[in-house]
Amino acid sequence: MLRFLIRRILFGLLVLWIIATAVFFLFFVASPGDPARLFAGRQATAETVAAVRHQLGLDRPLFAQYWDYLSGLLHWPPDLGTSFLNQEPVLNTIVQRLPVSISIALGAAVLWLLIGIPIGILAATRPRSLADRSATVIALAGLSMPTFVLGMLLFNLFFYQLTKAGYAIFPATEYVPLLPNPIEWARHLFLAWLTLALVFAATYSRLTRGSLLEVLGEDYIRTARAKGMPERTVVFRHGLRSALIPIVTLFGLDLGALLGGTIVTEKIFGLPGLGALAVQSVFSQDLPVIMGTVLVTAFFVVVANIVVDMAYAILDPRVRLT
Amino acid sequence: MSSSIDAFAAEPMHSGVDEVAGRGIQGRSPTRLAWERLRRDRMAVASGIVIVGLFLFAFVGAPIFEAVTGHDPTTAYRDTGLTADGLPVGPNSEFWFGTDQLGRDLLVRIAYGARTSLLIGVVVTLFALVIGTVIGMVAGYYRGKTDTVLSRIIDVMLGFPFLVSAIALVAVFQPSVWITAVVILLFIWAPVARIVRGQVLSLREREFIEAGHSLGANDSRIMYVDVLPNLVGPVIVYGTLLIPQVIVLESTLSFLGLGVVPPAATLGQMLGDVQNQGLYEAAPWMLYFPMLVLLLTTLAFNLLGDGLRDAFDPGSERTMAK
Repeated sequence: MLRFLIRRILFGLLVLWIIATAVFFLFFVASPGDPARLFAGRQATAETVAAVRHQLGLDRPLFAQYWDYLSGLLHWPPDLGTSFLNQEPVLNTIVQRLPVSISIALGAAVLWLLIGIPIGILAATRPRSLADRSATVIALAGLSMPTFVLGMLLFNLFFYQLTKAGYAIFPATEYVPLLPNPIEWARHLFLAWLTLALVFAATYSRLTRGSLLEVLGEDYIRTARAKGMPERTVVFRHGLRSALIPIVTLFGLDLGALLGGTIVTEKIFGLPGLGALAVQSVFSQDLPVIMGTVLVTAFFVVVANIVVDMAYAILDPRVRLT
Repeated sequence: MSSSIDAFAAEPMHSGVDEVAGRGIQGRSPTRLAWERLRRDRMAVASGIVIVGLFLFAFVGAPIFEAVTGHDPTTAYRDTGLTADGLPVGPNSEFWFGTDQLGRDLLVRIAYGARTSLLIGVVVTLFALVIGTVIGMVAGYYRGKTDTVLSRIIDVMLGFPFLVSAIALVAVFQPSVWITAVVILLFIWAPVARIVRGQVLSLREREFIEAGHSLGANDSRIMYVDVLPNLVGPVIVYGTLLIPQVIVLESTLSFLGLGVVPPAATLGQMLGDVQNQGLYEAAPWMLYFPMLVLLLTTLAFNLLGDGLRDAFDPGSERTMAK
């Protein structure tokens, strides 16, 4: 177990190193724009640009710059550079935005599991019934629905129309921190949660159905039934436990990806998370901030991968990690 | 959707001589058999008709609408296309689908926008299928070190958070149709390669491959003559399901203002206009018409892909209720 964990972490670090390198060369070598000019602004004179280039260390050999960049990342706290826009350390900006993205991701995750898995179980225990077929049609429609389209529809319905009708239940602007007032927090986030939850619930209900149907056809399920075990125990205790394994995999990966920012949802509902930061810094050409968000997002994805592999061993005693 | 495709068992090519006794013996290829099954699938046929209709709308309809209405997609008709307050006008006899925030004809723009989206969807998918099939086939056929290296590359590509990385790339190279297509292609070939690799790993152990070897055929001939034809089914199915995914990615980037740039129209960008200008209330036609065309496109391709999967692999369980 420990050896496996170490190997996984090493591979994860390798992936992060590849991504960090790719990002560095993309922005400082392949980029047709000049970072020093971007930093100095449009009106800057040639001398200013030269001074900025020296200040940023851009006039040093490329390898030295790359080395500084990598060793900066390996520090604690990691040095992600300084924003071109407001001269703030990138890490601070990202840390400020993190609670928003985490709130969105976790709330949505709870909601989509609560919607998707029960629908999947219902469909799998009554295959080909009316409920199953309706779930299939709805899921396929959901899979064809881009997140931003669903977000816009919910925004229109629950924000514009409700507010116009005099029920301003769901505000669709700004983020309210959890702690002084959790109800306001949930109220401000609910539409974002619902958007993501509906998008993901389609996939999860399909996956739960397929996986559970497959497991329920196995010999040990027949044995359990033959022993006279109640159907409820068969489905929930014996069936669902192994049926959940592929769902845990997908869940870990999805959650990891969402923690790094939900770009579309944050934009539609005006939530200042990491995704909004990424888009905003693209428009302001704030290269260090974009690089930082890519790295932080990749970090979440890598960690999620490792956690998922660990979860395998706990859920399925047949999996031996070596 | 890839999970259901992984379950796609490779069926070796064989002629269906023992298929029907009596009725004159006739060799029918698996592709031909699949085509015959597909024709009996009403949902798939209907989706196929909708897709043909969308292509006609976008490629034949766009210039016709332009000629009939006398409106080109990029001209702003400030006098007739905007109200006295400068707001878009609703559907009327001159502007059948109404106008957008600049007074441009929405119908003409939607037709041209659908053209861009369909073109990117089909072309990027074709490239992804070619690249993914070649890499997956080489990895699965040669196994060993070749496979390890290629599989690791595929893993790394799958580990990248798509949207954030796409945004970073767009930030460096400035948004355009070409960058949008290349960025999507960069990420979308990896899942194709993984699926093809899995198929080839099992195919290469079959007797007919061994027969090819014993007849003295070299590797490239075996891959081309024996392996490739057996990949046609899964690749066609996956390709059909990939087209709506590419269209969604393109629309999402354009929605964020990071895809196809104005004045060229795409469906995602038109929806982005509604969001950015806050025109949900003032011009609902700007929301609903592009949304309808976009959803019709993704849904039709998903349903057709679903039907194709059943047609190529009748053993697999139907996912779509009839």
